[in-house]
Amino acid sequence: MSTFSSIIAGFGGQGSLLMGKIMAYSGMLEGKEVSWCPSYGPEMRGGTANVNVIISEEGIGSPVITKDADCVVALNQPSLDKFAPVVRAGGALVINADLCHMNNVQVADGVKVYEIPANKIAADAFGGFKLANLVMLGAVVYATHAVKVDGMDDTFAHVFEGGKAKFIPNNKKAFELGYKYAEENCK
Amino acid sequence: MAKVLMKGNEAVGKAAIEAGCRYFFGYPITPQSEVPEYLSNELPKVGGTFVQAESEVAAINMVYGAAAAGARVLTSSSSPGIALKQEGLGYIANASLPAVIINMMRGGPGLGTIQPGQADYNMAVKGGSNGDYHTVVLAPASVQEAVNMVMEAFDIADMYGTPVVILADGLIGQMMEPVEFNYVRREGIPEKTWALTGKGDGERHNIKNLVIDPDDCEAWNHEHFETYEKIVANEQDWEEYLLDDAEYAFVSYGTASRVVRTAIGYLREAGFKVGMLRPKTLWPFPQKAFDKWDGKLKKYMDVEMSMGQMMPDVAYACNDKNKVEFYGRTGGNVPSVDEIVEFGKKVMGGDK
Repeated sequence: MSTFSSIIAGFGGQGSLLMGKIMAYSGMLEGKEVSWCPSYGPEMRGGTANVNVIISEEGIGSPVITKDADCVVALNQPSLDKFAPVVRAGGALVINADLCHMNNVQVADGVKVYEIPANKIAADAFGGFKLANLVMLGAVVYATHAVKVDGMDDTFAHVFEGGKAKFIPNNKKAFELGYKYAEENCK
Repeated sequence: MAKVLMKGNEAVGKAAIEAGCRYFFGYPITPQSEVPEYLSNELPKVGGTFVQAESEVAAINMVYGAAAAGARVLTSSSSPGIALKQEGLGYIANASLPAVIINMMRGGPGLGTIQPGQADYNMAVKGGSNGDYHTVVLAPASVQEAVNMVMEAFDIADMYGTPVVILADGLIGQMMEPVEFNYVRREGIPEKTWALTGKGDGERHNIKNLVIDPDDCEAWNHEHFETYEKIVANEQDWEEYLLDDAEYAFVSYGTASRVVRTAIGYLREAGFKVGMLRPKTLWPFPQKAFDKWDGKLKKYMDVEMSMGQMMPDVAYACNDKNKVEFYGRTGGNVPSVDEIVEFGKKVMGGDK
């Protein structure tokens, strides 16, 4: 795969932009070209706050993805309804199954759907939903192999710098829980 | 220096500091507010001065003052804010002072929208202020190119004594891409012997704007245009993308050119011999690129996030308005890959 394109979307505050940043950083640290292109404006306060992440071995053209996405990550129902049709045939659709469902959602041929109960997994492990985004990210990396799992420590060290380093252990754990859930339940 | 992942707005701020800029005067506006936010943190750390002015009009006149005093000075804004700065920009151009102005364009006219646009082409390239003047206009298509162009802008400004506009858009401002900062100062930048630094025991310096005698004013205009001729001769810049075997060329700049690049991939897969001529300088417009390629190109397909403001310049550059076709989105919308593919197919004669 020379180019990987993904849209990550959810309510403002669910952490879609951070998920995208972690993926983009990982790609960059692997020596690839990356772009991280966010929605900005009213979506940040609700609705479908989203980020387009492209990781490529060649130069990146449009940083805005309007077709043939390799992966769409939906953290809420409006995002799933809006972006599911953008996944290419044979691509991956990773959804937070606690907050959205596939009823009446049309996808292209051969799209594999990964239904991850990310809120429940986060709540069981950490007593709250805050890290559901990192649970989802683990599942995305399992589903797509867009970035290397063994590079994640390095990525976390770059993304959570200085005073934010204290957040690394729980973020890492949430990532691993999501990866493991997908591995065991989404063959 | 290793690459770092940075937002365009922050990266251009860092680029300015790397290029020796120590003064910023501006006023926040979406989608460029991270430029002043970043510089308000970072300029004091390097002994610089950050001022959030009471308005854009005040900010550009502070730029005028700092430039007159010989400083490397920056202001940034987005479309409606840049519109407010036009009077000051004309004064700076008339006084032949160096300054860098970043415009992270959004949809217009008027207050418009906060989403990305390219409809300030005319304001930047044709002159939004009064009188006969030009500003150099650089149009980056990536965060790295925005960084490089900001650094280059300070050198060009000092080299010729002219304001330089970075014409980017909200998408480039908001997007993160890997960047590195390698500023190498150009050779041959003249000393600012004219700067207002306090007379002391030295000679008297005077930066002025009013030339009451029309003969003197005309002569002054002619002096400016001697400089502009040098800029036109030396500073045209463009990218040639897949032109070697091309029969058709898109002409597009900035964010629109990124979408065109992806569309070209689909069109090439479908068998069309198509490439892109991407202006990196909008003024001076890259006439040399058209002179080089025009003989083998059947049509130019101009794609912009405006209603076609660049089109007359493309028509002039190829000296044949019948060779230029246009597709654009405006009001804050970015064209989709599919739209550009369809436009390309229509111009180049349908499905292969």
